Amino acid sequence: MLGIRVRVERRAVTPTWLLAAASALSVASALLAISALFWWYGVDPLLAYRRIFAGAFGSTYGLLETLVKSIPLMLCGVGLTIAFRALVWNIGAEGQLLMGAIAATAIALFVPGIPKPLVLPLMFLSGFLAGAAWGVIPGVLKAKFRADEVVTTLMMNYIASELVNYLVYGPWKGPEEWGFPYSSKFPKYAWIPTIPGTRIHYVTLALAVASAAAAYLLLMRTTIGYEIRVTGGNPDAARYAGMNYFRTVVLVMLLSGGLAGLAGVGEVAGIHHRLRYPSGISPGYGYTAIIVAWLGRLNPLAVILTSILFGGLLVGGDAIQVALGLPIAVVNVFNGAILLFVMGGDILTRYRIRVEWRRGR
Amino acid sequence: MSWIPAVESALNAAVRAGTPLLYGTLGEIYAERSGVMNLGVEGMMIVGAVVAFGVTLHTQNPWIGVLAAALAAGALALIHAFLSITLRANQVVSGLALTMMGLGISALLGKRYIGTPLPNSLSPTPIPILCDVPIVGPMFFRHDPLVYASLVLAPLLWFFLFYTKVGINIRSVGENPAAADALGVNVYLIRYACVFFGGLLSGVAGAYLSVAYAPAWIEGMTAGKGWIVIGLTIFSMWSPLRALLGSYLFGGVTALQYRLQPLGVSPNLLAMLPYTFTIIVLLVGTSERIRKRVGAPSALGIPYVRGEKP
Repeated sequence: MLGIRVRVERRAVTPTWLLAAASALSVASALLAISALFWWYGVDPLLAYRRIFAGAFGSTYGLLETLVKSIPLMLCGVGLTIAFRALVWNIGAEGQLLMGAIAATAIALFVPGIPKPLVLPLMFLSGFLAGAAWGVIPGVLKAKFRADEVVTTLMMNYIASELVNYLVYGPWKGPEEWGFPYSSKFPKYAWIPTIPGTRIHYVTLALAVASAAAAYLLLMRTTIGYEIRVTGGNPDAARYAGMNYFRTVVLVMLLSGGLAGLAGVGEVAGIHHRLRYPSGISPGYGYTAIIVAWLGRLNPLAVILTSILFGGLLVGGDAIQVALGLPIAVVNVFNGAILLFVMGGDILTRYRIRVEWRRGR
Repeated sequence: MSWIPAVESALNAAVRAGTPLLYGTLGEIYAERSGVMNLGVEGMMIVGAVVAFGVTLHTQNPWIGVLAAALAAGALALIHAFLSITLRANQVVSGLALTMMGLGISALLGKRYIGTPLPNSLSPTPIPILCDVPIVGPMFFRHDPLVYASLVLAPLLWFFLFYTKVGINIRSVGENPAAADALGVNVYLIRYACVFFGGLLSGVAGAYLSVAYAPAWIEGMTAGKGWIVIGLTIFSMWSPLRALLGSYLFGGVTALQYRLQPLGVSPNLLAMLPYTFTIIVLLVGTSERIRKRVGAPSALGIPYVRGEKP
């Protein structure tokens, strides 16, 4: 007789190909589930997907726009991989981005006497610092007072958003803007140059790619990165090993906040050339970046890829908004569903099914 | 005494604004007491709001709307329960995903309701005699039935959690699931039930917003209330009675916002108040000393696997 025994057991290590396959399978299942929603809503799902794909990747313009939108996602997403690796749940990239935008605007419009060639570098610097400060506050509150960072970073998103509103409806409102909630336009020397004929502000793009590489090296090749990963894997062990918990938490919040701040600089100085109402600066880049980081398996290099994917989703979302009359928030359905399915799919990577053949007696 | 009417109307407004927070917090307390953190409250709440609005509009009965909202949000909660309890996925990320889903679905469903008035909203029904008591009357007894229900629900849930066998089981599952399991308590069942219950109440919280508080559908109308609930749950130290206090405190801050506006303070700066207050309250509520004394659920956020060390 031949006996077959099937056992489910925990994997010690997960091979990369399996992670990739599980991710692809999860995303496909999520798209299938969303098509059921579309169908129920009365929109032909095939048409919707075709429009999304064609909108994002089907034309030169679409591809370029996808790249434009991937810039803030990449910067925020890379930052979040650093924080999430340390098990610090920074949900505040959105607010940190807005603070970066505010700081850049302050330099561009309200600090006189800066030599022109220094204006842009100073905008990036102040944007980084403002985002970092907005991140360090909840970091300190977490490390010192154990205040839950999910709640504090989220609350600070709302505060930053109201601050932007206050500025563009109040003191910073441009007198020549016809009553719109905009600041005045930045002077030309405060614009980030773009690749001619496109909206790609390449300085920010270069910063984003460089930050991904730097974050990878930091996490994988340095002592600090090692401490970040150990803190995330087992905070108690990290403490026993003499690692400085406070320093690690504050550092990851500083870096992830700063990178999100750079994204904010890129949006106001590279695209809009002015401060606008919050959703006019970011349609939720800071939130989407959470999925970008998670789907990239918290690997900064993989984030380059996932940010382009979700940049495409944003462009495609715009396309179906116009063509099929769907609200732009439909992108949130994609974000949420993909994230849920990817988490469900992870179970495939954590366990293996072992089939054992045994000779009978 | 001319100040009395002003105080009365302020307290009335505080309770009104605090009621959705109370429903949400009561639900989240039960989920977290059983050991599952559900950060999807914002998403469940807003789906509750849109479902309540739509169903009330079509059935012309706000109570069917409230019920449908509770069930819709409960269904969403079950997704989180499946991921976090059965698949042992990361609870923070799963809750976030739920919130994004909820925000998206509600916008999709609600598009046709933007700008539509709601004829059958829940309106205040003052309780005779009691409503004429100075201060207390306007504060508690000149509201719609959902407010009264929450006033009864909070002490009931407190009693249930601390003085009944099921309540003790819930707390033991959140404290030490392995020990509870050894004593024959069904850890998975209790966690599923508590997360589902939390979803139901989040749905009611959303329904309150769209059929009672401000009868209309506005995209994103929860405006972070679901996240304030997460903060309030910690502030309440996982006690339904303290949730009552916390919710009205926050309701008061929200109401204050509209009272200060005529004085010329920027509405945007005032809108920061509840969020800033949440952070401050979190600092007070989570100092090490207090945390140790009240005993936050020890197994909060940790999936349970029989025979495996967490």
